[in-house]
Amino acid sequence: MGYRRRPSPLHAVRAAVGSGLCVAIALVALLYDHPLVLAATLVAGIGAAVAAGVGRELRRTLLFALPFVALVVLVNPFVSRQGLTVIARFGDLPWFGRLDVTLEATVYGGILGLRALALIVAFALLTLVVDPDQLLRLFRGVSFRSALTATLATRMVPLLQRDGRRIADAQRCRPGPPPSRVTLLRAVASGALDRAVEVAAALEVRGYGGAGSASGAAARRQAAPWSRHDIAFAAVAVALVALAVGGRLAGVAAFEAYPRLEGDWGGATIALAAAVALLPLLPFLDRRGLA
Amino acid sequence: MSGSAHPAVLELEHVTYTYPGASAPSLRDLSLTVCDGQFVVLAGRSGGGKSTLLRAGSGLVPHFHGGEISGEVRVGGLDVRRHGPGDLAAVAGSLFQDPETQVVMGTVRSELAFPLENRGEPPAAVARGVEEAALALGVAHLLDRPTHELSGGELQRVALGAALAGRPRLVLLDEPTSQLDPVAGDELIGLLRRLNEEWGTTIVLAEHRLERCLAAADRVIALVDGRLACDGSPRDFLAWAAREAPALETPGARLLSRAGLAPPPVGVKEARATLRAAQALPDPAAPPLPIAPPPAASASSHTVADPAQPAAAPPQADPARRELFPPTREGARAADSPPSPPRGRLGRLRADRAPAALRLKRLWCEPHDGAAILRAVDLRLAPGERVALMGRNGAGKSTLLRHVAGLERPTRGSVEAAGRVALLLQNPNDYLVHERVGDEASADALAAAGLSAHADRHPRDLSGGERQRLALAIVLDSPEPPAVLCLDEPTRGMDRAHKADLAVLLGRFAATGTALLVTTHDPEFAAAFAARVVLLGDGRPIADGPAAEALAGGWYFATETARILGGAGGALDPEAGAALVRTLLAARAPGTAAPGTAAPRTSTTPTEARP
Repeated sequence: MGYRRRPSPLHAVRAAVGSGLCVAIALVALLYDHPLVLAATLVAGIGAAVAAGVGRELRRTLLFALPFVALVVLVNPFVSRQGLTVIARFGDLPWFGRLDVTLEATVYGGILGLRALALIVAFALLTLVVDPDQLLRLFRGVSFRSALTATLATRMVPLLQRDGRRIADAQRCRPGPPPSRVTLLRAVASGALDRAVEVAAALEVRGYGGAGSASGAAARRQAAPWSRHDIAFAAVAVALVALAVGGRLAGVAAFEAYPRLEGDWGGATIALAAAVALLPLLPFLDRRGLA
Repeated sequence: MSGSAHPAVLELEHVTYTYPGASAPSLRDLSLTVCDGQFVVLAGRSGGGKSTLLRAGSGLVPHFHGGEISGEVRVGGLDVRRHGPGDLAAVAGSLFQDPETQVVMGTVRSELAFPLENRGEPPAAVARGVEEAALALGVAHLLDRPTHELSGGELQRVALGAALAGRPRLVLLDEPTSQLDPVAGDELIGLLRRLNEEWGTTIVLAEHRLERCLAAADRVIALVDGRLACDGSPRDFLAWAAREAPALETPGARLLSRAGLAPPPVGVKEARATLRAAQALPDPAAPPLPIAPPPAASASSHTVADPAQPAAAPPQADPARRELFPPTREGARAADSPPSPPRGRLGRLRADRAPAALRLKRLWCEPHDGAAILRAVDLRLAPGERVALMGRNGAGKSTLLRHVAGLERPTRGSVEAAGRVALLLQNPNDYLVHERVGDEASADALAAAGLSAHADRHPRDLSGGERQRLALAIVLDSPEPPAVLCLDEPTRGMDRAHKADLAVLLGRFAATGTALLVTTHDPEFAAAFAARVVLLGDGRPIADGPAAEALAGGWYFATETARILGGAGGALDPEAGAALVRTLLAARAPGTAAPGTAAPRTSTTPTEARP
């Protein structure tokens, strides 16, 4: 899974805007416990991924994430002692003591799982649609060297993975017993060091560390004009944040799991959920100016 | 030879440099000047000092590598001792062998922008520099592609683009084509020539396959043991190489020199012109001429296209004579080439029942997430047979070897081997996991590889050729000799002498009955060791036959000798080609010399030779 430029409105926006939208979706998921709003953030994230043409990649991520989410859902009812509506009694168990599973803890487990899923979708979307180099360039003003280190790490990790696979294949070609794990680990580390030295040499000859290097790069900002997609997605991100914060302050979509399930299922909640689900998808209707 | 009145862009004065911990200097009292706008090729054996010279020009020597340096190196007027690589990057762009480790950013656009940003250029200048470098190198369509998705050729172009993005006056390139297939390699050389001609960029290029780049060069500098051994025009260099360093001769120059013709040709076109002027350019359509042995017939003499002659015994190749590429045909047609395709049902039945070292039956490789890589490959290798597997990048060569060695399972079809299959993958370093050479393989295996004297050294301290031999010793270190030995691109980055050694070594294995299956992009190497060539295209063999047929009639998959002679007589190497030319000369000028006894010395210039 990784970024690849595609002809979609979300891929066309600058990194600040693309990541802003993803962070806004994540913020909604963090601010609300209401299952309807959480489901809406999930719809927004998945819908944006599909509209941006990265639905298949997101599905792959979700397949890896689902066991973790299922664990969260299943564990909460057994570890939470809160809630008044007992739906199953397991009696006294060693280590656990008296174990009663409540409806509230079960529902809250589902809410935690839904929130985890929404956050995973939001950050997977960020990985898939935001150019990592542009994103890291945003942080160069703060720390050029740290941003470059992060860029190199994202570039080198797959390279070192390939090196590791190659070394493993080579060892399979050796007749006789394979070398010990320690020996192999040393060989892999030695190979990684060789790579690091070569990359360091490449950085030097590209002018890294020269007179204009850090100061110049830190001072720069990309002066590209704002496209219609930049404006549309930035507006949506701001609107989402405003809606989420405003709704929270106004007490819209309130939800309490403990001690009893209590939730606001009124029109304001439904409107908020609908807005959260649909707003991020609206800019996809405009596909002008895409390659 | 500074060669022109243009200002100097790279100057070395009495430079001697020793790497930290090294016992001998890599550059010795080296003085030379490269002027603006020159295209300079650096020639020399591995370890001769070419890379060190380039690294001195980029400032990595001494700032990055350390060590002791004396004398002066100036790049664009900047003294290298006072200015590090970061400062010199504005004057000199550098490109090294492995494109994977030179590309440091996630997307092509960021990669091209990186050097400009490092120089503190304003955003508009960065954007313009990126655009111009992308257009000049033909990578504009890749600008938004992630770098990890690019092929080796594309990556090398992008790395070159990054080196050129700031429009440096000088570009230093260290064997940039060694990891590329012939098509991508030729494209890169063409690109360098265009940059030199149109932008006036000074090019200093270290390269082993000189036949690929001499035609583009103004000047050749040869280094031997860190000293300046030759500095002159490509033709002067070839004349020097013929006298002093035959290992550096191009096949074309060797062909004409063995045929007694002069001057040494810088490229195929010149060689053909010289042959045409001497009326010795064979007609490819004509039937093969009987060729008498060349004068003073030696172990390296050849018998070409003479079915009446009995097959000569394979000569005893002498690795000490490293300057000579080992004899190639070795009477191979009769002795080693696969027999003609069996005729009739009975013939096919007999062929199927004959013992085979390796047999692939309808082999398919169909990954879950992509197109089929191998498509119903049928292949049969007899014991002791020497087969070169060729084809463009992505044709499925490496995948085929991985299936043969059992690293991958076929999705359909089968692989049957008569015994153990040994596989040497592309990078010998991947096999080296211990701290001592002696711990990597048994004493017998090391002795067979000629590495006994290095048993106590660290494997990574060995030279490239020695590491290759050590890796070979590791995969062969078993009581059970392999029925099949597979090598994946074993000559990448090797100089001609090491290739010659490897060909000799492979010939020895074949003589013991081990079948050889070797992937290579290098037609000269394929001609040197293989009796049979299988050309893979789109996952299946598209040509399969004797090397003389497969490597004589192609464009990319043809030796330089075959390209010069148009494939005539099936001659692949200079010695066989020279024998053919001598025969033609003798036939067309009766009385001047008996065929093969006294080669006529015909001197023409390319200008004279042109019709």
